[in-house]
Amino acid sequence: MSRQTLSVLTILACGLVTYALRLGGLLLADRLPKRGRVRAFMDALPGTLLLSLIAPSVVENGIWGGVATLFTALCAIKTKSPLLSMLVGMAIIAVQRYVTQSL
Amino acid sequence: MRNRFWAGAAACLPVAASAAAYGAVLGVLAEQKAMAWQTLLMSDFVIFAGSAQFVVVDMWTHPLPVLSIALSVLLINLRYMLVGASLEPLFRGKSLWHKATRMHLAADENWAVTMAAHRRGEADTAYLFGGGVCMFTFWTVATMIGYRLGGWVPDPEMLALDFAMTAVFTALTTGLWRGKRDLLPWLTAVILAVLTSQLLPDRWHILVGGVGGALVEALLPQSDASDEPEPEAETAEAAI
Repeated sequence: MSRQTLSVLTILACGLVTYALRLGGLLLADRLPKRGRVRAFMDALPGTLLLSLIAPSVVENGIWGGVATLFTALCAIKTKSPLLSMLVGMAIIAVQRYVTQSL
Repeated sequence: MRNRFWAGAAACLPVAASAAAYGAVLGVLAEQKAMAWQTLLMSDFVIFAGSAQFVVVDMWTHPLPVLSIALSVLLINLRYMLVGASLEPLFRGKSLWHKATRMHLAADENWAVTMAAHRRGEADTAYLFGGGVCMFTFWTVATMIGYRLGGWVPDPEMLALDFAMTAVFTALTTGLWRGKRDLLPWLTAVILAVLTSQLLPDRWHILVGGVGGALVEALLPQSDASDEPEPEAETAEAAI
């Protein structure tokens, strides 16, 4: 299978999954668990998935990765602005790399 | 009906503008990952879910780990089932065709705005759809602009662009903290993800950490509180 075909199939699969969840939730509204362990699992997923995505990349960036992440999180809690917080984190890493390179 | 459509679109303008900012970042990252712009555009059209699209771009390496990408999208978008379920009162009595054509554009932002308006008795499905069209327009255009800009950045590493995704997700994750009971699941997710990333290829760590952490949450003693997803101003900002 060519790279292009595989790309298209991958995106289509992701789209189909997402659409099925959106419409499925609406159609099955009465049957979805409102409490209990399955519901707790579903509620917890967005947070744990995002964390799993972040964690290795933070470790990869060493101590400064940790510092940048900490300040990003603090900024997000204080300002509620994901965009500003992202820029804070990136700025810390960029400055650190610039300084390291100039030394 | 028409008026409600435009009212929904107008109400979503502020959140759409802030989503556009991430959309641009997504475009830049997609360019860095050598994803074709047509593929990115296609993902705007057929996926249309910010965090999932970020994950797809993050996992975009050839040969494509199709299975693990699709599974990650399934898990990260599981919450859309709850979003869909919460919209049931709005869609009550509508035909299956009406539901099937309106739901695709139900993103976190226009959902949150619509739910807030619904409480004031001002929302219907046209309002939701109008917001969706507004979100979709801003989002798609922004990703394409970002993609174009990405090509002009001379040295992405020096601008810490490779850290952009980590920083965005860090900011978004803070908004998902629900209190002390999240501590153990979140720690589990971090530890499992870091360990897995050292041991397994293809970014399986996202699934292993995500599912492992959420399982810990499910195994903790459950409280009786039933909670439908509550849209708040914060969720509208935080969830993309």
